[in-house]
Amino acid sequence: MTLQDYHVSRTSRAARVAAVLGGLVLVLLIAAPWWAGRADMRLMGELFLYLALASLWNLMAGYAGLVSVGQQAYVGFGGYMLFALTMFAGLHPIAAIALAGILGALASIPVAVLIFRLRGAYFAIGTWVIAEVFRLGFAQVTALGGGSGSSLPVAIVKSLASKRAMRESLSYWLALGAAVLVVAAVYLFLRSRQGLALTAIRDNELAAGSLGIDIWRTKFIVYVVTSAFTAMIGALIFLQKLRISPDAAFSVNDWTAFVIFIVVIGGIGTIEGPIIGTLVFFALRETLADLGTIYLIVLGVVAIVVMLKAPKGIWGLIRSRFDLQLFPLGYRVIAPSSNSAPAQNKGT
Amino acid sequence: MDWVNALVQGMLLGGLYALFAAGLSLIFGVMRLVNIAHGDLIILAAYLGLTVTTATGLHPLAALVIVVPTMALIGYALQRGLLNQTLGDDLLPPLLVTFGLSVILQNGLLEIYTADPQKINAGALETASIAVGGLQLGVLPVLTFAVAVAVIWGLQWTFYHTSLGRAFRAVSDNQDIAQLMGLNRRHIFGLAMALALGVTAIGGILLGIRTSFDPSIGGGRLIFGFEAVIIGGLGNLWGTLAGGVILGVAQTIGAKIDPGWQVLSGHLAFLLILAIRPNGLFPRISA
Repeated sequence: MTLQDYHVSRTSRAARVAAVLGGLVLVLLIAAPWWAGRADMRLMGELFLYLALASLWNLMAGYAGLVSVGQQAYVGFGGYMLFALTMFAGLHPIAAIALAGILGALASIPVAVLIFRLRGAYFAIGTWVIAEVFRLGFAQVTALGGGSGSSLPVAIVKSLASKRAMRESLSYWLALGAAVLVVAAVYLFLRSRQGLALTAIRDNELAAGSLGIDIWRTKFIVYVVTSAFTAMIGALIFLQKLRISPDAAFSVNDWTAFVIFIVVIGGIGTIEGPIIGTLVFFALRETLADLGTIYLIVLGVVAIVVMLKAPKGIWGLIRSRFDLQLFPLGYRVIAPSSNSAPAQNKGT
Repeated sequence: MDWVNALVQGMLLGGLYALFAAGLSLIFGVMRLVNIAHGDLIILAAYLGLTVTTATGLHPLAALVIVVPTMALIGYALQRGLLNQTLGDDLLPPLLVTFGLSVILQNGLLEIYTADPQKINAGALETASIAVGGLQLGVLPVLTFAVAVAVIWGLQWTFYHTSLGRAFRAVSDNQDIAQLMGLNRRHIFGLAMALALGVTAIGGILLGIRTSFDPSIGGGRLIFGFEAVIIGGLGNLWGTLAGGVILGVAQTIGAKIDPGWQVLSGHLAFLLILAIRPNGLFPRISA
């Protein structure tokens, strides 16, 4: 058994099986308009948008160490941009969603320069201040309905597709597409050179800096890209809702608290975590939502218990037991022996 | 004269913000913990004050005798039972646990007290005013400001002239060595949280007398307190008072220009100071 017998692999059988299964599920989901009811499609559309928000928040908090409680700033910003660009600039809603992403990135640049001066937990509250500034700012814009908000005019809704069934299918596909795009983008980003730098920063900021990684720049890129995507998701959310108001658009509960619970329960700092967390969150919501405030208290308690007892979430528990990785990020050394257990699992 | 009035009223309002901020500043100084649930704990104190005054008929200021020790006990129990487990090098656990706590508190208060806005009735104190140099000053805001100055002076004195304060400073400087010197840091952290929530209780009751409140406004109070801490500079209690005053003045001046701008102009003043003096105006320690 010489050194040549060992080989380094990025993928694993579990990952290949997961990719095939994931592909099948995706085909099934794309075909949903032909087999699912309207209510189910609406629910799934919402689920996909939450999955996208959770994956983005996870990239920031779990990998870049940027714990934000103010992502609702970009959700609301994107939503308002959709309304403003379609109502006043006459853009097609889909073009408006794309442009909302670009504008979100532009808005996030000065914000990042300012709040990156705050460290750790103070950064978190700083992002909340920004979200409040956005909320109070948009509440002052009378053309968009001020504090009481406005509805998307019927003509714009109809420009998406004239038939209601087609509109619903389209909005479902947009949500599914957004979730797939975001998860794929996060996955590919983490596999890239930049992603490796990011993982190094997460593991040890000091060591990463001494290896020549520009920490500020790497985090800055993550913040701006995340904000752009979040703004696009926000535009999609309010394309589904058709009505926007400052309190709904910049709600800390809806767009940050739930997202944090999803990521924490599923497993922070993993790609699989937000997916599992979203499924658990919607399962809990569909069964317990009638309990109202009690449901939210239960959610808070579950998140605290998970954070204290299993800080890597549900996926962390599964991975520690079965050494699974469905989205392979690290490299493994495969030993030549027949029972080829991975000899070493490089940190991901 | 209107502008002078706005300026003075803003300064007095700053006293209330300094009371919100002092607890945050204290626990950050001692254990580097930022408590996201701080605003909800302020509201909890206001509701406790409401319950005590309606149940016993005590004047709200007399109710402090009950609410302050209750909040201190809650603080000690919270720290030893929950928050001590989150402390360490990792930033996420304390942040996310206090965030979860904030959601639990907010919805728990909603469950018990409903979403209807409430107010603590303080009788004549609410409307009493004194004339000073052509200005009419409310007795309550003046009292709030005086309490804030007294509380910060008291905290400062505790920090630098008592054995408890010495213990606080020791665990703040180096937890492990303090532990080796025979201090039980878990107990000291518990005491720090008890003291912080005792101060929070005063802030909460004064808030409840001044304005109406409901379970959802905790987040906003956390932000005001946080802004006062950052404006004043981390680890400096007198700086925190100055930060509260600056925030209060920015808000009343903003409201004078356009009522819709009150809170927004406070946030903008905070962002402006963050842009030009990232460490605040009077920093003592770096974060």
